[in-house]
This record gives sequence, structure tokens and C-alpha cells, in this order.
Amino acid sequence: MRPTFAIIFFTVVSGCGFGLLFFVGMFGCIDPVRLPRMVELLGLGIGMALAAAGLLSSLLHLGQPQRAWRALSQWRSSWLSREGVASLSTFVPALALGWLVWRDETGAACRVGSAIVAIMSVVTVLCTARIYSSLKTIRAWHNGWVLPGYLLFGALSGACVLWCIDALFGDAVAALPWLIVVLAIASAAIDLAYWRFVETYVGASTPESATGLGRFGKVRSFEAPHTEANYLTHEMGFVLARKHAARLRVISLFLFAMVPMIATLIGMLFARATPIASAVSSVSVIAGLFVERWLFFAQAKHVVMLFYATTDRA
Amino acid sequence: MTSLPSPSPKKLGLVIDLDTCVGCHACAVACKEWNDGGQFGPLPDERAYEKNPLGVWFNRVHSYEVTPTEHAKPPMMVHFPRSCLHCETPDCVTVCPTGASYKRAEDGIVLVDEDKCIGCQLCAWACAYGAREFSAERGVMQKCTLCVDRIYNESFEEIDRQPACVMACPTRARHFGDLGDENSAVSKLVAERGGYDLMPETGYKPVNKYLPPRPRQDASASAFAATSGKVDFSTASPILKWLDRVLTR
Repeated sequence: MRPTFAIIFFTVVSGCGFGLLFFVGMFGCIDPVRLPRMVELLGLGIGMALAAAGLLSSLLHLGQPQRAWRALSQWRSSWLSREGVASLSTFVPALALGWLVWRDETGAACRVGSAIVAIMSVVTVLCTARIYSSLKTIRAWHNGWVLPGYLLFGALSGACVLWCIDALFGDAVAALPWLIVVLAIASAAIDLAYWRFVETYVGASTPESATGLGRFGKVRSFEAPHTEANYLTHEMGFVLARKHAARLRVISLFLFAMVPMIATLIGMLFARATPIASAVSSVSVIAGLFVERWLFFAQAKHVVMLFYATTDRA
Repeated sequence: MTSLPSPSPKKLGLVIDLDTCVGCHACAVACKEWNDGGQFGPLPDERAYEKNPLGVWFNRVHSYEVTPTEHAKPPMMVHFPRSCLHCETPDCVTVCPTGASYKRAEDGIVLVDEDKCIGCQLCAWACAYGAREFSAERGVMQKCTLCVDRIYNESFEEIDRQPACVMACPTRARHFGDLGDENSAVSKLVAERGGYDLMPETGYKPVNKYLPPRPRQDASASAFAATSGKVDFSTASPILKWLDRVLTR
């Protein structure tokens, strides 16, 4: 599948925003005074800004962006529609929570608001992942690794940004670096498992099953229907060299898993370096996730290419 | 609504005969011609007369070389028209976030309401058969309409109320009818010739069926290939013997 910047930006940045909102909500639900007031306010603000930036970026991918409001209507059947509804409705409790925190409230309302923000953030990223993992035509997406991957990558990048905000206000939450270490290890493990799956799965479809001509023998494309590219070959015929994929995979793992782990270690050893270490880890994780998400598209094969017989299986 | 309607008894679709298709692309051209001026708006071509032309077509004709696994048999050429199969349970409809992509309850035709389409292209990703092509120029997804503006068009003679591709086919390799009706001509053809589904593993249950090529005359074809290099004139007529002598001089 052709990697499109607007979609990569949408999934990575909105994932990070909702990851951040999740942790603000989670900490607030456990203990409304756990996060310093400014950290919580900035976390909500930046989380919403990142989520909004991601959603706006997704509009750039549309052929008719002015009609985007229509996408909220088919939540009964469409994960894309559910994603739209869930993401927009997360802003309501997030804004309400921000208002409560602004007024220095610490009561039950804060806990409830925080819990709703946390739950809605998870639901939104879950919907984002399901847009892709529900497509039966793309085996590299239609598998059990995609959903935990999206959730963990969102959580990891959100936790890094929260640590960065927290570091600016005295590094009050000691649990954050540990949380980042755990999430980085889990994300790396999921990514490695996903990578292994993508490299080894055996697709159910072949040019023989696509054309139904397998009973007569081996099917080879003698002549394509068109001499130039068309929408299908342009959108779904993207091919990435294996050796480049392996190198990019290592780069992304280094950026989103290794760098934040080293940064947390530096932060724990040298408290004064925490603001810089947390900022570096935030930028590095997001850069690494951009590479990871680019590969998510570039390595995915679509079954329609079997008709062009450019691949043996998909 | 992009939820699928309950299955209708009427399932309009095409039956494509891979035995008689000669790969002339007349169906593709006729489709382009009719639908470019049809009620669903134009099928734009971008850079039509430049280096990298790109256009929307609802019908694409592939040509495959099928090599038998048994060595003795010669390979077979199969021309293969590919268009929307108007599936019974297609994901291209259910993934649509706006309700633009829908399956008609009354006859099962899958259509795009181009006034509602936001051009997110998710339906094209969900389709296994490459039936949907996005028009960047119009910003909407476009697909085969089964010539819904022909088949119900009362200003046409009854005989002309068929999809343009079916009308154009010079070898009658394309048949249009109700595949939900067991007694229709198309259903009988499918039963008689062993019509099959493309990529049944998707679970989309295509309505359109493909008729397999009939067995080729392998024995005589390979015998011809084996002897065509050297002709035995010892048993030929005297005139041919004389011609052989004159020409080999």
C-alpha cells in the first residue's frame, strides 16, 4: 500500500495525543492531585491539540474534505465512522475535565471526568486500529498484532510527552520513567512480533484463486489491461525492497524503543538532565513511529495486485 | 445506510465466459463511453494526451498465460475482463463512513452516491477485486453501476436494456440477468458450464460468475506443433511432390 503522509501523520500524532489524554485521565482517576495542576492542564491541552492536528491531517487525505461531517453518520457499520465519533466525543469530557482542573476542583467529578477521558482515548485508538485491521484484503493489517501495536505506540508516545511536560514542572511523577521503560519494551516486543508475522505469513489468495484458473495450471500475467499506471497500481501496487524494510525497521525500533529507554536512564541518574532527556525521547519516539507507520503501509500487500500477478500470494 | 440490506431475491449481475472472450477490450471501451456521459457523471481522464495518462475505467481486461503443470500440454491464453462483482456481502459497503457506498435492496446493485462520497478511499482498500477507482479530479470514488441508467431505461427498446459492456461484446462472452432466479438464462448457463466465484476466500460472495474456458484441443494442437517443422512429402500428392522439388532446388 502506498504510504500517504496525511494518514501517517494522522495515526501517529492523534495516537500520541490520545495516549497523552489517556495518561492524564488515568493519573487523575487514581488520584486527582497526583499530577501537578499545570501538568494536568498542559497535558489536556497538548493532548487535545495533537489529537486535533491528527484529525485535521486526515482531512487532507479526503477528496471532498468539506463533506467530512458526513463521516460521523455510519457508526453502526464503519470503523472509520466510529473513529470519527469517538475522537470528537473525547473532546467533551477532556474540555470538561480541563475546566474542573482550572477551577482547582479535586472531588469525585474530577475522578469521573478523568476516567471518561481515559476510556474514550483508548476507545478512539482502538477504532483507529480497527479501520486497518478490519480490512480482509490486506493480510499485513488483518491480524492480531495491529490493535495492540496501535494502543501501545499511542501509550508510549503519550507517556513520553507527559514526562516531558512533567519535567518542566519539577518532575513530580516518579512513576513516569518506569512506565516509559515498560511501554518501550512492550512496544518493541509487539513490533518485532508484527514484523515477524509480516515477513512469514502465507496469504490465502494467489493469482490462481483470484482468477479461478488454477485448475488449468500456473497463472502468469501476459498482458496488463493498461500500459500506464492506474489508480489501483498507484495506490496498492507500492513495493518496498526487503533490505530497505529491514534497515528501516531497525531504525524505527532504535528511535521509538532504545532512545527513550536510554533517556529515562539518563533522567534517573542526572535529575538536571531530565527536561532535555524527556524532550529528546518525545521527539525520537514520534520520529520512530513515523518510520514504523510508513513501513506499516509500505510493507502491506493488497490482494488486488494478484490480478496483476506481480506477487505470488497476498 | 451502509449496513447491508437483507438479501434480496433479485440479484442482478453478469456472467462472463472466459471461453469465448477474445480480449478485444470492446466491453471496457463501451463502458467508458456510456458511463462518461451517464447519470453518475463523467469518468475523467487526467493528462489524457500527456506522458502519464491516468483515467477511471470500470472494466479492465487482463490477459493471462496459464501453463499446465503437466508438461505435455501447451500453455493457454485466457482473456479476463474484471469489473465490479456486485457481491452479496461486500466490505466496500460496510466500511463507508458516510453512507455514500450502498447496496440496493431491490436488485443488489452496489452503487456510490457521489454527492455523499468524501473520497476517503477506504472502500477501494476493502474491495478485493479492484472494482473501485478513485477520481482525483472529482474527488470521489467511482465504480461500475451495472448500467443502472440503461437497464431500467424505458426510453430504450426492451432489447437494449442491458449494460453497455454486454451490448458491445462481439463474441457474446458477457451475459446479463438475474442470478437470484434459478430459472433465468444466466443461472442456467452458470449451472450448465460450472460458473464460479473469484477469490471465494474473501467471503464477499460475488454475484457475478465466471465460466471456465472449455478444454482446448491439446492432442491435435501438440501433434501439429511437433510436425509443423518438417513435412513428410513421401505420402503427398504428385503436385505437392513436384512443388517441393521445385522449391527446394
